[in-house]
Amino acid sequence: MSKHETTAPAVRATGIGKTFDTKAGPVQALTDVDLEVAAGEFVSLIGPSGCGKSTLMRLVADLDGPTTGRLEVFGKSPAQARQDQDYGIAFQQAGLLPWRTVADNIGLPLELHRMDRSARAARVAELAELVGLTDFAGSYPDQLSGGMQQRVAIARSLAEQPRLLLMDEPFGALDEMTRERMQTELSRIVAETGAAVVFVTHSIPEAVFLSDRVVVMSPRPGRITTLISTGIGPGVVRDEQLRETTGFFEKVTEVREALHGAPVGSSAREGR
Amino acid sequence: MTIEQTSLRAGRPRARGTAARVRATALGLLGLVAVAVIWEVYKVFGPDDGVVVAGHRILPRTTDLAMPHVWEMVARLLGPTTSQAGAAPLWLTVAQAALVSLGIAAVGWVVGTVVGIALGVLMQMVRVAEHGLLPWVVLSQTVPLIAFAPVLKNWGAQIEVGDWRWPQWLSVAVIASYLAFFPVAVGMLKGLQSPPRTHLELMHTYDAGRWATLVKVRLPAAVPYLLPALRLGVASAVVGTVVAEVSTGFMDGIGRQLVSFAGQASGDPAKAWAPIFGAVVLGLVAAGLVGLIGLALRSYRRGEAT
Ligand SMILES: Nc1ncnc2c1ncn2[C@@H]1O[C@H](COP(=O)(O)OP(=O)(O)OP(=O)(O)O)[C@@H](O)[C@H]1O
Ligand SMILES: [Mg+2]
Repeated sequence: MSKHETTAPAVRATGIGKTFDTKAGPVQALTDVDLEVAAGEFVSLIGPSGCGKSTLMRLVADLDGPTTGRLEVFGKSPAQARQDQDYGIAFQQAGLLPWRTVADNIGLPLELHRMDRSARAARVAELAELVGLTDFAGSYPDQLSGGMQQRVAIARSLAEQPRLLLMDEPFGALDEMTRERMQTELSRIVAETGAAVVFVTHSIPEAVFLSDRVVVMSPRPGRITTLISTGIGPGVVRDEQLRETTGFFEKVTEVREALHGAPVGSSAREGR
Repeated sequence: MTIEQTSLRAGRPRARGTAARVRATALGLLGLVAVAVIWEVYKVFGPDDGVVVAGHRILPRTTDLAMPHVWEMVARLLGPTTSQAGAAPLWLTVAQAALVSLGIAAVGWVVGTVVGIALGVLMQMVRVAEHGLLPWVVLSQTVPLIAFAPVLKNWGAQIEVGDWRWPQWLSVAVIASYLAFFPVAVGMLKGLQSPPRTHLELMHTYDAGRWATLVKVRLPAAVPYLLPALRLGVASAVVGTVVAEVSTGFMDGIGRQLVSFAGQASGDPAKAWAPIFGAVVLGLVAAGLVGLIGLALRSYRRGEAT
């Protein structure tokens, strides 16, 4: 994607630490996190519950600030990147406004940033088409299934053609079949837009299927233990056949072993 | 959005709504008939002197003076107000008074609602305002209306701007608004604070300011809280109007009529009931008008369902 040409990586985290002060005392959510996500790269974060995946994502989105370390988004501070609308975000809950139709939910960021009405309508129609919800543009969120709501949230996060997509377990609440279909759709959409993606998930096959690289994290305190390149580049078409290949299974096994702390420590911090 | 989907979406709830409304109306009428029947049955079988337990009368006398027949009350409504020649029918006199009161209550309600919404927004936007204002808002409602009314009337009587003089009805409206603003202010504040964190954080990621967040998220989210507050407010405004009319001695409204017709009850018992019916209808009409607002804002109430 020529319009996304940039020298700065989408995300560069150096020595990130995050400590929450709670009544029960300080909670160290992240420690010494180093991570670089290249422009156009798809990176998944995987790790046990409470290892700080959401926290890391919130730091990138400038919804919270790091306690220590340096964080850059496209070479800028996260706050600046947020003000420049460099990223789109989709949370675990779809977070749709219940009084707005699907079309109006998708168009919310465009409306806030004063895109004029006709251009907005055209863009919203395009996005609804992209996530296969053209027929439901006039429906309200409570008339949609969970998967459809997620697709609305994804369309909304894509509305302003961000160079970076932040997605926190967007498919967490979906059944396995819908989930696999959504994965295929997401990989298609990302291929079309050329955006970098930071994707949080609990599903190993999902991480391997979608990503160029999988980041494995461990809890207490949250840190990165392993980086695994899937070897499935951005150019590769991710379809059902890919799930059946031995290469895919091998990577799934590798990520699982890394997660369970099998002796693959030597490969930790590979690829940096 | 295609036309077909729009009509589909708008059409389905309306079809369901019509059936529900017909049923509600039928039930309402049935209730009215039931009250009339109970009234008459008690009048026939109840003791003349009512039911007295340990010196307290717990059920009223059944004499024609205390409980006129339903048909007598209806017939009285259709008859002339006074025995003077050319007097207007009683129902018209009552309706006119009720309309005057409705107008005053409406002014009071609108002022109270505007003030309440403004206070709610102010308290949400400015933290200090919430801590500083909320106790006073709550405290304001402990000032008894009756003590307040004559004072306000006297203050009003002294206000004179050029040719314009403070009309007496305005004192009544101010008291009505004083009662109406409270539920609106409290409901509004609660509604504005109701959006979940995800919605607010989403707005933050869009770099939306406080004003945009207010308009796009907080105000729509407040609607389900605001509507019951408006209903409470209108009830307060109507009661406040009637009571304030009595205590300020305002002559044209239903409040004064309730008192003066009750004074004539010994000679004309059915007449005293006419303004009571007028007040009931007044309350229902006021509540119905507010209900229309809820209907107009119904797409903002979707949050209630999910
Ligand atoms: N606002 C907060 N205040 C205090 N502690 C917090 C806060 N947010 C997160 N934490 C703590 O930080 C740690 C990491 O939380 P985080 O939500 O990032 O985990 P996660 O990896 O996303 O988990 P999950 O997979 O369950 O979503 C947890 O121990 C959590 O209790
Ligand atoms: Mg999480």
